[in-house]
Parts: sequence; C-alpha cells; structure tokens
Amino acid sequence: MLTIQYFASIREALGQSSEQLPLPEGVSTVAELTQHLALRGQHWMMLDDNTQVLIAVNQRVADRSAILHGDEEVAFFPPMTGG
Amino acid sequence: MSESTLQTHIHISVQTDDFDVAAEYTQARQQSANPGAIVCFCGLVRDVLAGHEQTAAQQTLTLEHYPGMTEHALMDIATQATGRWPLHAIRIIHRVGTLSPAEQIVLVVTSSAHRSAAFESAEFIMDYLKTSAPFWKKQVAGAKSEWVASRESDYRAAARWSAPD
Repeated sequence: MLTIQYFASIREALGQSSEQLPLPEGVSTVAELTQHLALRGQHWMMLDDNTQVLIAVNQRVADRSAILHGDEEVAFFPPMTGG
Repeated sequence: MSESTLQTHIHISVQTDDFDVAAEYTQARQQSANPGAIVCFCGLVRDVLAGHEQTAAQQTLTLEHYPGMTEHALMDIATQATGRWPLHAIRIIHRVGTLSPAEQIVLVVTSSAHRSAAFESAEFIMDYLKTSAPFWKKQVAGAKSEWVASRESDYRAAARWSAPD
C-alpha cells in the first residue's frame, strides 16, 4: 500500500493531507502515479507540474523517474520556504 | 586530533516552543573541546506588512512541515557541513506553528577552532535549510492568507556552495 501525503498549498488545493492507495495497475514510477492521480481531474492535474510540485519518496527528495514498488511513502509539496 | 576524526555534536530540533539563544550557545560551548569561534545565527519573523494598512498585531506566520522528513533533511545538512568544515558542534532549531512578527523562528549555532569555519558553515546550513528542508510558510493578515512563494535568490544562495571554490 502506498502512503501519499500532501503538504501546504497542495494539501489545501486537493482538500486532503494523506491517503492510502494500492499501487495502481500499470504504475511503477512517480511520473506514472501523478498521471494516474491526474485522472481525478481539476486540481489533481497540478501534480504533473514539475516546477510547482516537488516529490519525496520515503522522506527523501526524489524525481519523477523514481521507481515505486507499492509500499512507499510518497509526498507532494511546493518548493520549500523555511528559514 | 586530525580534522577527519573530529566528532561533531549535532543537535536538531523542530519545535513549537521558543528557544533561548544563550542556552544554546552555552551548550555548543560546553560540547566543544577547544572552541575558538562560535557563530549563532537567529532568524526572526519579518513584519512584511510594516507601513501598510494592516497592523503588526493582525499579521502572523504559520509554518507547516513534514514531520520525519524535516529532521532527516536537517541532519543531512548538518552532516554535509561536517564534511566541509572542522566543527565541534552544530545546533539547528526551527520553530513550526503560528508565529508573530519579531518572534524567533530559526537558530543555527556552529562551533569551530576558527571563525571562518564557524561563519561559513552557519551560512551554508541556512542556505541549504531554506531550499531543502520541508518547511512552508503561510502569511496570515486578518482574513487574508497566502503561502509564501519560494525565492530564486534562495536557490542561487544554496547553489553557490556547490560551485568550485
């Protein structure tokens, strides 16, 4: 089961902070996961925007080619603004 | 002791509570065998609306973070700093939750035998923290709220550390 987390402006736009999702059929990378989630329509399509949405897999920043096996924690968030 | 075997005391904290700069300085000092220089950088919440119609009392900054990843990211940054400078101690404290203008938000303390290592490592840690630790700021002023946009200048500041000296 994937654990997916959404933070900050993305959490607000999607209206949820996390979800559990079985690895969808045909999804083996983060890029394929965002394409799958984008099928939900509207705001979900923004997850495909490389410049506005960063990704972490198992709490490490990752790129969209990162491989998913189905038991990862995947997070989507905007560029960081701490400090 | 050669630089490669120097043990660095690293302290990382993500907390809602305020921190005491003097106490953190004292900790770093006590953890350093022969410190020649300790740098304390403290970031405060800017009053970005100063001079505008809103008063400071109405403005707050809310910090969200990614529990778990935040601590890993800060530890990564501290560990990178120990690979570049001979440091006795590193203390990083970052507050989360809702803060008001002029409140303390972030503290970086670095201790070394020499000032250049202490200064440079503190700046390195701050530059990396701003662009690679998962914190997000939201500005709230009255009924209006807005996520703070990331700044290109912050990315340039972090990138200069990866350029050859």
